[in-house]
Amino acid sequence: MSRTTEDSPPHGPARPAPRDPAAEAAAVTEAILRDTLHGSSRGVVVDSPPGAGKSTLVVRAARELTAAGESLMVVAQTNAQVDDLADRLATADPGLAIGRLHGSESPPDPLLDRHPSIVKSAKVADLAQQKVVIATSAKWAYVKTTDLTSPWRHAIVDEAYQMRSDALLQVAGLFERALFVGDPGQLDPFSVVGADQWAGLSYDPSASAVVTLLAHNPGLPQHRLPVSWRLPASAAPLVSRAFYPYTPFRSGTGPGVRRLSFGVPSQGTGPDEVLDEAAASGWGLLELPARHTPRTDPEAVHAVAQVVRRLLDRGGVTFSERSQEPAPLTADRIAVGTAHRDQAAAVRSALTALGVTGVAVDTANRLQGREFDVTVFLHPLSGRPDATAFHLETGRLCVLASRHRHACIVVCRAGVARLLDEHPSTEPVQLGVTVKFPDGWEANHAVLAHLDEHRVPYRT
Amino acid sequence: MSLIGTLARAEAVVAGRAQPVATVRHRYLSQHPLVFVPLTTAGEVGAPLGALVGRDREAPSLLVVTQPRDRDLRFDFLAALATTVIAHMDRYADDVETEPATRNREESEVCADAPQIIVPNAAAADYVRLLGRSTRFRRTAEENPDEPYPVPSRVPLSGRWLTHYGERARTPGASLLLSMTELLSRHWATGQSNLEDQHLGALLGWIAPPKGMTGADAARRAETGRGPDGLLLSPPAGPATDPAFDNTVLAPAMSRFDAARAAARAAGEERSAATSAAEAEVRALVESQLRPTWDDVWRGLDLLRALPEGGHVEERWKRDRWSYTGHRDRVRAGEPPQPKRDDAIAAAQKLMGRETAQVRLEAQEALDDPLVMAGRRLSGEAFAGEVTDVVMAYSEAKVPRPRPLVTVATADVPHFDADAKLYRALPGGKTQEARFVEWPAPGEVTVRLLNGMGRGKVPDEGSVPAAGDRVCWTLFEHAPRGGPELPDPEDTPWTHGGPPETAAAPAAPAPDPVTVEDFL
Repeated sequence: MSRTTEDSPPHGPARPAPRDPAAEAAAVTEAILRDTLHGSSRGVVVDSPPGAGKSTLVVRAARELTAAGESLMVVAQTNAQVDDLADRLATADPGLAIGRLHGSESPPDPLLDRHPSIVKSAKVADLAQQKVVIATSAKWAYVKTTDLTSPWRHAIVDEAYQMRSDALLQVAGLFERALFVGDPGQLDPFSVVGADQWAGLSYDPSASAVVTLLAHNPGLPQHRLPVSWRLPASAAPLVSRAFYPYTPFRSGTGPGVRRLSFGVPSQGTGPDEVLDEAAASGWGLLELPARHTPRTDPEAVHAVAQVVRRLLDRGGVTFSERSQEPAPLTADRIAVGTAHRDQAAAVRSALTALGVTGVAVDTANRLQGREFDVTVFLHPLSGRPDATAFHLETGRLCVLASRHRHACIVVCRAGVARLLDEHPSTEPVQLGVTVKFPDGWEANHAVLAHLDEHRVPYRT
Repeated sequence: MSLIGTLARAEAVVAGRAQPVATVRHRYLSQHPLVFVPLTTAGEVGAPLGALVGRDREAPSLLVVTQPRDRDLRFDFLAALATTVIAHMDRYADDVETEPATRNREESEVCADAPQIIVPNAAAADYVRLLGRSTRFRRTAEENPDEPYPVPSRVPLSGRWLTHYGERARTPGASLLLSMTELLSRHWATGQSNLEDQHLGALLGWIAPPKGMTGADAARRAETGRGPDGLLLSPPAGPATDPAFDNTVLAPAMSRFDAARAAARAAGEERSAATSAAEAEVRALVESQLRPTWDDVWRGLDLLRALPEGGHVEERWKRDRWSYTGHRDRVRAGEPPQPKRDDAIAAAQKLMGRETAQVRLEAQEALDDPLVMAGRRLSGEAFAGEVTDVVMAYSEAKVPRPRPLVTVATADVPHFDADAKLYRALPGGKTQEARFVEWPAPGEVTVRLLNGMGRGKVPDEGSVPAAGDRVCWTLFEHAPRGGPELPDPEDTPWTHGGPPETAAAPAAPAPDPVTVEDFL
């Protein structure tokens, strides 16, 4: 069967063949929409693994709700997410009256100007006529219930697992019922100060919004999108096993559908060989000799830059279900991920020195929700003398390892497995806190064990 | 740890003594703090063993529980402690200033100064919280004559104050309750780990080693050095005691006290010469463990007082004064003690307040202290340099406003996002904002000034830096605002369990059904 875009799986009546990923995904989507439109619960929770069509679902739910005569509010977490959603919604339904509520000092992306159906304002009163009003949770928090004639009947909360419980507390008075959509495997919300004193309370303000919601409303219907349309057949099993051990998902494409090849042959260097390995298997580990380094390890940063340089120089082309024709692998389809901002800055200047422009280089936090053909990331534990909770966080590794459609290349110093063994998780166990599986330690080991089969030593 | 912090620790190792990581003092120190050094009994949570407490370095009050498992003696201790705490709290309650009305607030009074409590380490600050939690709900004889261990009313009252101080200490930069190890490690970096810095004796060993010793030697001696009697030369700063002390000297002395008291009671007496002697022995032993820490805390205060106070310390202390005044008013208004647990709204309120305080503290410390700013510059969050070029430019509004472009030569490497906002402190205390424009050449940054230039078409005198000026721009805000208001507790939404039940009177919490004795 053929598909037009990866993010819009075909919907329709469930077909009898249960192994067809599209049919499986469609059946889940129907159930979600049934609960949202006609269910009796105040909330519906949807867990979505990476690239499972979450945005498509949000757009579809918004359209069906408005088609049924409802007006609704949409909550997302960052301005970029809000702009993206508004753009998708206006593109899908140009006739829909959309309001983009924004902060007075953060005007929306000028990209939205091409949609005449989007009205922009910093005041919610100006948007009273719009069927859908979209804003960040931070902006919604400033809207008071007294500003509204009545609360919204419906809301959609996007990236709900990245929303903090206290942020939900600020906005939950604005709506009667809501659809909560998000990826439980990505980075948890965090606080810059300690919040241990509330650990174990159902309304711990530093917990994720979904955790609090479910603690107080345990009977809410929960759904899970079963198919990742982004991750290739080489990646979905590993990401599912390592990060979603009890809620497995699969790839929407079969083995061999996504391919990556190079026009220029390898010169036998480490970066070239790891590219060949990644093209053949979907994964590559470029391993530098073991060493304790500062965060901005110059050798590792240089290796990352070289891999990207060769990726572009070797004339990469990708084959996928989207088209019969191979597509050239261009800089805008490549991303580099790091754990820290200074590492990203170091990679950016290393790339500039090699004459590479247009490649997205960012931290895991900022790559969340984005998609590329090939990703290269600097392993969070590379060169470290210790494994802190920050560097072990499951969500960080999950984000870095699940942004790609074709291949993922990891640059790392040797010895991470030993480092992990020397630093078992020592976070205190808090009473009343649901233990999240898997812990970062275990997820890191699972990914390392897999990468070990695709290891290429670094040499120039 | 920041790169500059790691560097300071490495330098401390090489130099053999602690290195300063601040050039000014970043916390408020009262002229007359109440120093409180508590010790607890091993193996029984919430059973104090003794304390040295007081405002006078030369004359601390020694409070000892001769038999910590005897509840009468324990509540005698808590009553005596409460007397000292309440006296310290009351001393500042009536000296008030009038705070003029602002747009959001009526004219109000705020205490001109506030009582400060200093404890040796973070564990002692936790112990203050524990004491507050275990005493603020104690019933008095007037409230309930059948209460098994009725206490004087000052005990629950001091419990409320200790709870308030313990909570306030969780706000970054607050100075009502401070721990000496945190104070010292904020201002000096040692050649040991953060964990080892929790040992007050070792920390002071690094900062001010005795003549002829390196910091590492002094720290090792403080941690492990024992005298011929097998006891530590520098006893732990508490609240936990040295097990060797417990086993070899304290336990036998307590046994002698128990025996003497049993003998006296058998003879129909409550006290005898033997009980007094045994009691004096235990008191002397406990004091021998407390006194070195007491002296260490005051030595730490000497070291810190030698540093000049940071520019924003007074402003933060004013927030502490507000906090103290607010609790004074709640006590005076007869409000019930703080509840056992925060409700959803209170928890969210506290977390947001503390996050704002944290960001504000980090910004203010950097502005007050070039060494702290150096750390922020090194991590790419600020840059300093000399202005090389100023090009006048105007905004495209109907009435064009000055938006000059300023180019700065800098060796720093700030991590700009696209159109990052920048902040610069102006001499008058105001902040000027700018936007990153470009790197015109390696080592040069061009920014566009956005405000702080007055109302005219021509910028005010001195509001635009001139070529040759030294400037320092930060990527972080200097005065972050707090978040939006939260709903009232009775409007707690369904996602957070709805409004809390108002019927449950916080003064009478339900006892824990599992634990036989639920006193905490």
